[in-house]
Amino acid sequence: MEAIRAEFPILSRTVNNKPLIYFDNAASTQKPLSVIEAIDHYYRFQNSNVHRGVHQLANEATIAYEGVRDQVQNFINARSRSEIIFTRGTTESMNLLAHSFGALLHDGDNIILTMMEHHSNIVPWQLLARNKKINIKVANIHKNGELDIDHLISLMDEKTKLVSVTHVSNVLGTINPVKEIIYEAHKRDIPVAIDGAQAIAHIPVNVQALDCDFYVFSGHKMYAPMGIGILYGKEKWLEQMPPYQGGGEMIKNVSFDGTTFNELPYKFEAGTPNVGDAIGLGKAIEFLQGFSFTEIIEHEVAMTKKITDILKDTGDVTFYGTSENKVGVVSFLMNNIHPYDAGTFLDKMGIAIRTGTHCAEPLMKHLGIMGTMRASFSIYNTEEELDTFAVAIQTIKSIFE
Amino acid sequence: MKIQEKANTVAEEFAVFDDWLDKYNHIIELGKDLPAYNEKLKAPQYLISGCQSQVWIHASFENGLVHFEGDSDALITKGIAAILIRVMSGSTPDEILDNDMSFIDGIGLREHLSPTRSNGLNGMIKQMKLYAMAFKAKEQIKK
Repeated sequence: MEAIRAEFPILSRTVNNKPLIYFDNAASTQKPLSVIEAIDHYYRFQNSNVHRGVHQLANEATIAYEGVRDQVQNFINARSRSEIIFTRGTTESMNLLAHSFGALLHDGDNIILTMMEHHSNIVPWQLLARNKKINIKVANIHKNGELDIDHLISLMDEKTKLVSVTHVSNVLGTINPVKEIIYEAHKRDIPVAIDGAQAIAHIPVNVQALDCDFYVFSGHKMYAPMGIGILYGKEKWLEQMPPYQGGGEMIKNVSFDGTTFNELPYKFEAGTPNVGDAIGLGKAIEFLQGFSFTEIIEHEVAMTKKITDILKDTGDVTFYGTSENKVGVVSFLMNNIHPYDAGTFLDKMGIAIRTGTHCAEPLMKHLGIMGTMRASFSIYNTEEELDTFAVAIQTIKSIFE
Repeated sequence: MKIQEKANTVAEEFAVFDDWLDKYNHIIELGKDLPAYNEKLKAPQYLISGCQSQVWIHASFENGLVHFEGDSDALITKGIAAILIRVMSGSTPDEILDNDMSFIDGIGLREHLSPTRSNGLNGMIKQMKLYAMAFKAKEQIKK
């Protein structure tokens, strides 16, 4: 553990004169030195625009950038590198999907989302529904924070053109049975998009085994820089979909009579790409591949169990998302203590957790609450940090009660 | 008393505390001392949007002076509202509009002014200034 923590320079800083305890990993993970140095190295030695230049730097940058595409393909086991589209992150991937896959939909069609989606998998579809008469259906969740699969399946009909569902809930931590959902949807010829933002650094993702039609995720939640993310899409869909943005590498020929578009994956990558951060993503994948998902999951389960015990000991705590099948995301409320108050005091004690609605307002409304406190863990979090957290929680309890 | 004088008094109170915990306890105590807020005024039009906690601010105008009342479901936010109300209430619209709110620094609450969505301080100040502006306009129309 010492060695892992040493890879993350930020973990040695203090916050409010206390050693930083960073429990907000579902919002963004910290970056290992290898990622930070790769970005530094790129701008020091390789920076240039990719694909077009004939000079040495352009070649090196292009090779590095396209090499990361291969890494991503390998990491999620895509069939082909042309199925890997670089985006700014999950939100842009979803917007691309809603725009370009949305272009294939017709008035009267419907799509299915779930009650536990975050705004990035809601609002792009609502924007689409403003331009076309698309009906958005929402699958329910059970009390323990698991998806009501029967309800979701019952929503599927001959007008359903897409099921878009999160792999892991950012609030509840629940790991959804996406393979079963995809199987049921495919039986009805319905494609499925998976929001993998909260899954990608926590559970193994194999898009061919899942047989999902689309899979999207952000780099910054898996130790990579902000501003880089991925849209995976099956070639048969990406071929049919019109481009998202125009300009740059996405064109083959341009004239004022008309423009022909480049082949996949470039068709969806308009403008100068974010080469430096893509290279950072490559290093982050290497970093993650230094671990087995078994050890990642074991660690998160241990952390989740320990924080649950700590909070239960304080009494009067309500948990949101109690599925057996979840990642290291723990949402809770301490009775009669506002999350903002508790979060502010934790910050004063050097502990970063998330408070509020977590960009999932429909879920909050469904749960009948204004927000939660959320602790979310990463590979560098320790049980000793939770001991400090336990003391902090007792302090807060004594202040507010 | 002028806004700045009242703010100085508050700042002096806070200067006593070295420890952040004591400081926050004092903020919370100030919130608890706020007069009970009329439940009927917990309507959406009095809710400050963009905060993690719910904050309501309501204002009335009497004899040329603005009077504020407020409430929040979070105790720290309520305490901050109490400080603002204590400093700003009973002032003329012009005094409120002209004040640059630098007294916030004196109390050491600057961190609550960060441009994040999580805190209510910015929203509260903006709302109070809007009230002052509206009352001022009303007054001018009357004249």
